[in-house]
Formats: sequence, C-alpha cells, structure tokens
Amino acid sequence: MLVFIINRLIQAAGAVVVMSMLVFIGLYLIGDPTAMLVSPEANDLERAAVRQAFGLDQPIWMQYLTFVGNAVRGDFGRSFLTGQPAMQLILERMPATIEMVVVAIGFAVLVGVPLGMLAGLRPKAASTKAVMTVSILGFSLPTFWIGLMLIMFFSVYLGLLPASGRGSTVNVAGVSLSVLTPDGWRHLILPALTLGLAKAALIIRVTRAATREVLPMDYIKFARAKGVRPRRVVGVHLLRNILIPIVTVTGLEFGQAVAFAVVTETVFAWPGMGKLLIDSIIILDRPVVVAYLVLMVFFLIMLNLVVDILYMAIDPTAREKVRDQ
Amino acid sequence: MSIASPQAPVVAVETPFQRLRSQFLENRLATFGLILLALIIVPSVLAPWVAPQNPFDIGKLDIFESQLPPGSVSESLGITYWLGTDGQGRDVLSAILYGMRTSLVVAFVSVTGALLIGATVGLTAAYFGGKVDALLMRIVDLQLSFPAILLALIMLSVLGQGIDKVIIALIAVQWAYFARTARGTALVERNREYVQAARCLALSPLRIIFRHMLPNCMPPLIVIATIDLAHAIAAEATLSYLGIGVPVTQPSLGMLIANGFEFMLSGQYWISFCPGIALALIIVAINLVGDHLRDILNPRSAQ
Amino acid sequence: MRLFTGKLATSVAALMIGAMPLHAADLMIGIKSEPSSLDPQFHVLATNMQVAFTMFEPLVMMDAFASPQPALAESWENVSPTEWVFNLRKDVTFSDGSPFTAEDVLFSFDRVAKVPNSPSAYTLFTRQIESVEAIDDHTVKMTTFQPYPLLAADITSVVIMSHLAAAGDAPEGKTTTELNRGEGLIGTGPFKFVSWQKGADFVVERNPNYWGDAPEWDKVTMRPMTNAAARAAALLSGDIAVMEDPPTANLSDFENNPDLTIAKAPAGRVVYIALDQQDRESPGISGTDTNPLMDARVREALFISIDRHGIVDRVMGGLAEPAGDLVPAHFLGSSPDHATAPTVDVERAKALLAEAGYPGGFSIVLGSPNGRYVNDVRIAQTIASMWSRIGVTTEVEASAPPVFFQNRDEMKYSAYLGAWGNGSGENLTTLNALVNTYDREQGKGTANGGRYSNPEVDALLAEAASTMDDAARGAILSKADAVVLDDFGIIPVHYEVPVWALRNGLTMEGRADQYTLPQYIVSAE
Repeated sequence: MLVFIINRLIQAAGAVVVMSMLVFIGLYLIGDPTAMLVSPEANDLERAAVRQAFGLDQPIWMQYLTFVGNAVRGDFGRSFLTGQPAMQLILERMPATIEMVVVAIGFAVLVGVPLGMLAGLRPKAASTKAVMTVSILGFSLPTFWIGLMLIMFFSVYLGLLPASGRGSTVNVAGVSLSVLTPDGWRHLILPALTLGLAKAALIIRVTRAATREVLPMDYIKFARAKGVRPRRVVGVHLLRNILIPIVTVTGLEFGQAVAFAVVTETVFAWPGMGKLLIDSIIILDRPVVVAYLVLMVFFLIMLNLVVDILYMAIDPTAREKVRDQ
Repeated sequence: MSIASPQAPVVAVETPFQRLRSQFLENRLATFGLILLALIIVPSVLAPWVAPQNPFDIGKLDIFESQLPPGSVSESLGITYWLGTDGQGRDVLSAILYGMRTSLVVAFVSVTGALLIGATVGLTAAYFGGKVDALLMRIVDLQLSFPAILLALIMLSVLGQGIDKVIIALIAVQWAYFARTARGTALVERNREYVQAARCLALSPLRIIFRHMLPNCMPPLIVIATIDLAHAIAAEATLSYLGIGVPVTQPSLGMLIANGFEFMLSGQYWISFCPGIALALIIVAINLVGDHLRDILNPRSAQ
Repeated sequence: MRLFTGKLATSVAALMIGAMPLHAADLMIGIKSEPSSLDPQFHVLATNMQVAFTMFEPLVMMDAFASPQPALAESWENVSPTEWVFNLRKDVTFSDGSPFTAEDVLFSFDRVAKVPNSPSAYTLFTRQIESVEAIDDHTVKMTTFQPYPLLAADITSVVIMSHLAAAGDAPEGKTTTELNRGEGLIGTGPFKFVSWQKGADFVVERNPNYWGDAPEWDKVTMRPMTNAAARAAALLSGDIAVMEDPPTANLSDFENNPDLTIAKAPAGRVVYIALDQQDRESPGISGTDTNPLMDARVREALFISIDRHGIVDRVMGGLAEPAGDLVPAHFLGSSPDHATAPTVDVERAKALLAEAGYPGGFSIVLGSPNGRYVNDVRIAQTIASMWSRIGVTTEVEASAPPVFFQNRDEMKYSAYLGAWGNGSGENLTTLNALVNTYDREQGKGTANGGRYSNPEVDALLAEAASTMDDAARGAILSKADAVVLDDFGIIPVHYEVPVWALRNGLTMEGRADQYTLPQYIVSAE
C-alpha cells in the first residue's frame, strides 16, 4: 500500500514538472504579457522596466529554474496583473468553485440515482427509454450550450433568474458562501444546473448498470422470496450494494467537475477559479496559469488516490469494472 | 463481427454488411439519427455549391443588410435569408453550413488522428506486454485521470489559435481512449492462432501489428470513433466559445453561437440560436447512430 | 430619489423571488471589468482609477470633457516654464478626520515610484517631475525637468493618500497587499471604503467628512460583470441600476425601454487603421513586390473607401461618431479642416488605385485584436469587406490582445486596427504616440506601428511640446495634425462614444475618460 501511494506521488510530481514546463515555455513563446498590462502611453524603456521586474528579460530556462527554486519553497510567484501571490489568488477563488460543484454534484446524485434505479428495475418501460434518451442528450450536448439555453429561457424569456454573478454571500470562518442567502441561491441555481446535468446523465447510466448487475444476485432473490416488502428490497438491499460504484464515480467526477467548472463559470461569469484561469490564459498571466495547473494536478491525483484506496479497502476486485463504465 | 442478438433476423444468404445494415435499420431511433446525419452532413460538405452565399467572401457582404430576421429578402443579392443575417450581414444559413464544415473537418481529422495514434500505442502495448505495456498504460491512465477540457485548454493556451492547433489539442485529449480500447481488444487477439502463426513465420512486429492485428481490432475502435466524433464537435465548440479555439474569422458552430449571443438579449435570437440548434442536432444524430452501432457490434454492452 | 426607489422596488418585487429589501439610497453598478488592486498607485488601469476616485481625489481633476479643473488644489500657476505652484484647499479633511496638508501631497508623489511589482507604474504621470516641495502647509511647488505644458493633465491621475494612514514599514508605506485588504485606504473623496471581495463586489459608503457636496448615496456597490450580455440582463431585471458599456446590439432596445435611460459621454477614443509605411516587402501584402502603401494615392484610396457611417450605424449601434481626425473637434489641437469625416467614394478609390499602378488591386492582411476595443473584430471585418470592394482583397487576422500587440511591435502587420484614448484633452499625446517618428530612447511614436515618419510633423510636435501657451500650442498641433491627415499617414475610422444604461429616474454625466463615478450619478427629481 505504501509503495502504491509513493508511486502515485512520484507520478504526480512527474506530471507537475512536465505540465509546468510545457505551459511555462508555451506561454512565453506565444505573446507578450506586458503588452496588455502596461499603459499604451508608456514608452519602451518603461515597458522594458516592467519586463525586467517580472523577470521576463531573463532567458526562458533561467526563468523556469527560478520558478522551480521558488516553487519548492511554496512560492509560485506573483500574478502579473494584480501583483498578488498567484496561489493565494487561486485559493481565494476556490470556495466559489467548490460551492458550485458541490451543489451540482448533489443535484446530479439526487436526480441520477433514483432515475437510474428506476431505469434498471424496469428496463422495458417507456419511461426508461425516455430517461435514457434524455441522458444521452445531457451527456453529449456541450455544457456551454445548455448554459446559454438556460439563460435564454430563465433569464431572458422568463426573467426569473439572474444570468450571471454570484449574488450576496455570507462569510463563514473566512470563507464566503452563497448557499446561505436566498439571493445567493438564485444566482447559484443556473450554473449548478448546467454543470450538474451532464453529471446526472452519467450517474443515471452508472446506477442503471449497477442495478442491473445486482438484481439477479442471490441475496436479492432471497430477500424477495423471504417476503421482504419490495420497497425495502430496493431501498435497503439494492441501494446498499449499488452504492460502491456510485460513490466511486461521484468521487472521480467531482474532480472532473472542478475542472469543467471553467466552462460554466465563463458562461455565468461566476467568480471562481476556472474563470480566473480563462482570464489569466487570455492575458498570459503565467504565474496564475502555472499555479492553477500545479494545484489542479495535485488535487486530481490526490482525489484519484483517495478513491482508489477507499475502493481497494472495500472491494479489491471490482475496480476495473467501474473504470470501464 | 460475431453477433448473437436474439432479435437478429435469420436470413440464410447475407453478407456481414447486409446483416449489419438490416440490424441497424431495425431501430427506428437510430435510423432517424442516420437520416438526420445525412441531412446535415451532405449539404455541409457541398456547402460551396449549395449555400446561398459564401460567408467568407467578405467583399460580397453588405453591412446594411446585417441583423435581418429570418425570411428577409436581400435587396442587393436577391436571395432570401431563410435564417436571417448576422451582425456582419452574413446569411446565417450559409454561415451554419460553412461553420458545420469547419466543425466536421476538425472532428474527423482529430478523431482519425487520435484513432491512429491510440491504436498504435494500444496494439504495441498489447503485443509486447511486460514493461512496455506497463509504461504505456501508465501514461494512458495518467492522462485519462486528467480532465480532457483542462488538457485541451492548456494545449491551446500554449499553441495559440487556429484550426490546426485545435486539431492537435483534440488528438492529444482523445488518443488515450483509443489506446485503452485497442489494448483491451488486442490482448485477446494476441493469443489467436493467426498471430501465433505470423510470429512463427518470424514476421516483423510492425507487420504483425498493423497488417494482422489492427484489422481485427477495428470494430470496437470504430464504434468509439463514431461517438467520439460527437465529443470532438462538442469540444471544439466549447473551446471556440471560450475564445481559444478556431479564429473568429473562420467561424465554426461554437464560434457562431458565441458571436451571436450578444444579439440574443435584443431579440435577434436567430444569430445564435440557429447555429445552436444545428450543433445540438448533429451531436444528437451522431449519438443515436453511435449508440446503436455499439449495441450491435459489441454484444457485451447490448445487455 | 423616492421616485426611483419606488419604481425599482416594484419592478424588483415583480421580478425577484425572495429578494432582499433595497436600502433607501443604495446604488448598484455593473462594471465591465474588475479592479486589479485598490492601491491607487499600483496599476494604471481605468477600473483601478475609477475605484480610486470614489475614495480619493487628485490635486487637479478632469471634468467630463477632459479639461483640468481645481480639486484639492484650488488654483495653480506657472511661475516659470518649469515651475508650477499649487494652492491647496484649506478646508479639507480625510475620511478619518485628519486634516489634508502639503505633507500628504509630498507623501503621495513620493510613493508613486516606490510601489513594487507594478504592471504599469504611475511614474508615467510623474516622469516629467524633477521635484515636489512644500512652500507652506497649503502650497506646493513642482519643478519639471523641462518646460512641460501637460503637467496639470498628467497629475489628474495621481490621487492624494493620507500620509498618516498610509504610513508603514515598507519603503512605500502601506503595501499594495495591505491596501487591498482595506488598510490605510484613507482619502478625501466623497465615499469611504467598506469592503472588497476580489472578483466580486467593491463597496463604499458616504464619507461624512467630505468637504464638497455630499453625494446622494449612502452605499455604492460596484459589481464586476465582464460579460456584456449578462450585465444587460442584470440591468433589465433590476439587479443593478447602472451598467457600463451596454452591448451595441441592445442599444436601440434600451432606448425604447421605458424603464431605462441612456447616458453618453463626449466622443473620445479614436479607432484607426495604421498602415505599414516602410520601404520593404510588407509581410501581409501579396500580388506586388514593393509596398504599395508607400504611395499616398493608395493610402487615400483605402481612406475614402471606408463607409464610416455604415460602421457607426450597423456595427457600433450608433455609439460612435465618424472620424476624419485623430481627436474630436473639441480637443485642443484638432484640425478644423478635418472635423467632418470624408464621404465614401468607391469610384474615386478605384481610380486612385489605377493611377498608382494597381488597377487590379492587391491582397492585404488586416490585423486586429480580438476583444480589446469595442467590436474590434467586427469593425475590422467590415473594413475588410469595404476594401475588398475596391479590389484590395483583405483578410482579417484577429488575435488575442497579447498576441496582437506582440505582432504589432514586431511589425508583422501591413495594416492593423488600433485605438487611442486620450486623457489629456489635447492632441499632443495622440500625435506623439501615433505619428511621431518612432524613437525608442525618447519615447516618441510608441504606438506608431506603421512607422509613419515625416520630419515636418516631428519638428512641429517638438515645438508644441515646449510651448506653454495653450492657444499657441493648439495652433501648432492643428498644423501638424493637418499635415499627417493630408498625407493619409493614418486612417481614422470613428470616435467611440462611451455609453451607460441606467434604470429610469437616474441621470449621470458621462465622462470622456469613461470612469463611472457614483458621485455624479443622481436621481432626477
């Protein structure tokens, strides 16, 4: 187990090094970040001074080594735009993203599990066919398109919900949350729904497959034969046994959703770290992009690790099956 | 192509293709998808000949005919704008046809590229096994655990904009799926007699992999490729929407949607909505076809 | 006020479910981008200045027409061409109650050069200043290195911070990070700081110690909403009462909407096309070996083939004025001969091309930033379409702004779309940046990406730069401007007209510098 964990950590480090190097050099080659930042009225000497202050006048390999040297001490550099430590900037935006993703995943589970079970229990019903067809849509239509359609319907046509922004927040232990105010919820619903629909579609599919796999098992047949009420069979015996794949997929999808929030946040101008990433990519704010990446790679690999460990603890043989879903 | 579907009609003389066709057409939804797909692809491919206007011939665009509602008749060109015009005075229908072309080209090329690279990696891993296999699959796993959108974003942020760059980015995010599937299939094929025989003949690994194993591993890869086309179209649209995909002057469907969105609030819905519907239709059509194709070709998932 | 609150309250009640009650005099503004910092001396960025001007004031403040007016300095005079004496107001206190004196001015001007890590330093506005001295508690003398007529305009961007509140251990006193947290953000402005959440709301409340007329609002919130369509939706639903930059596509709708009003500012930023005028094989031109843009007749053909009214009406939604000059007519040093935009003349343009030896035209690539200026790519595409009609087949190459500017600086474009905002109210800065011969050391022609070069223009501009008398300087600038335009050295397209949309019942004076300042937003009564 320990070897396994260490192995994963080494992989994580490798991925971080490769990614950061690629991005570091790529962003350097593509354009001049100072062009957007420095006032157009500045002369070339003033512009050169800014480049020097950012270290952009150094050869690229030197810049990278300086970055690595600082990064191992936990310093990921300062944002070109705001002058703030890049990592701090990202961490400040993180609660908004996590909040939206949690609500989205929560929605996906609440909708996806019951529908998936229903579909698994009644494979031939018309409702199942409808659910499965809709789930194909939820899964394959691009998120941004769903978001735009929701904005068009709920914000523009009905005028019911705001089209963007985060609404009012409440500060809880230094973290600002919008789930505690009605205004916050009004702003949260559409982005969370947009992000959650695709995840719901996935969970429907996983739940359905798991249900169909568990149904023919002896203990279900036994429980039924014993005269246990159908509701209890489904609610307790079945649910308990399909929970493992659902939890695993939900866990893995959480990481994917955090990454995918980039799109949702752009559509709804949600002030999370995904929006920050896009803005930073467009103005070539390299320290922020690299710091985001390092954080994300680390987060994803940790998440995978935790899911794997939990999974192996519960069921060492069933892992491949879930991955194949 | 061993198919053991209970509903399969038993007809004595039938080529595998005919069987596939009759099985496919049995499903009404999938047939509908196929027709829809044809209705979208054919005019898009033939866009230069069938589109009312060439949206890239900017000398012909008239700024005074911009933002016209669907059904308006052009005063200067004498054509009818069935889906209206956009902010540049471009016929939205023509823009959709050309935009769809761009989207389809990106999708086809990137999926084909990903399939070739993925199949090569997967087959190599399966054929050699051992350390080569472990190393290659470790890379595949690592990549699969990394969200595709993020990888594409990062690739494009360092490559810059352009159709070619979008294709490269999409190949980079898709090849691993093919590699995994190819390896799975090839592991089975590796132990088949024909491979053993080829090995005994001391044929080169290259030849065995590509000439003998690859054709037999194709069906599941083609199924994935079909569905992946929809993913690639969606991904390209998303990236273009985010402003880092195709250049704004060569609009794909995603770009058309993004460009037109500002007009939506003022009631000129068609500029963004029509390309949006086209995007949704093609994705749905491909999925309907792909899903059914998978059920036929892959008995395991047909359940 | 009551009218406004009542109206907003009903529409809000109709549209919102479980909305929070609005306070009597709260104002919510949807701004187009977020400030990068609250430190008023960190980053020269319009949003940062706008936020700073709610809490701080400069010695001299621009009015809506970009003309310098007394603020913390009640008057000033040139005692010699290089010496300026500013008489400070005596009745001013900071929001924390401490008095405003010359010491605060010295501290603030001294701090400018000491702020580290700045992506665009405020030294831009102080680089001509050799020294700042206090003559007494309420008199300050500034000395410039050489005669510099634009000093008063320059220091409108340097706000005065409290030397007591902003004192600190760092060389610059309170650091940018501390100021971002709200520490030491003490100014003399009409509002004082309440809170700021990055990426989200910036909130100020009325400064009870303000020396001038008290603003109408108890509390003002500026909410960054980068997506214009989303901002418009928020205004329509009553979430915000004022929005910056409504999408041009929506403007006619907004004007017809009884719940909304529109505020406009005097025309300002000029959108122009720069043409490569170097004797070389121009990178974006094909179909000819030499650079056709060296020929003034070709430049004129391109100049008169643009239908400026078409662009203003159809692309800009009326939010612009066709331009024949580099600055609007009310600027000092504009050219009266070029005050009206030329009319489009396709036949003459074709004739000029033929005369210049290009009867079949040529091909050219027109560079454009994507998302830097209002509708930039759409303008470029429309111009491309108009040029193509006279036989100059034009292809637009649109890039993300950092890529665009890098290309421009490396002179990879034969023609590009640019824009120039002029905060000084006179033509000198525009001409210096856009058409003076490029000179890296002297900082001349910094945005002259076409490398237009005319010794006559350079000489006139040098003369203007040291002419302290406004009228005389204006005349020299007009002359230089006319020379460039008669030479078709650069192609002005239109002036942007900054615009705001407000809930009905509110009025604001639109400022040429585009700052949305809540002290100038009032309810109509």
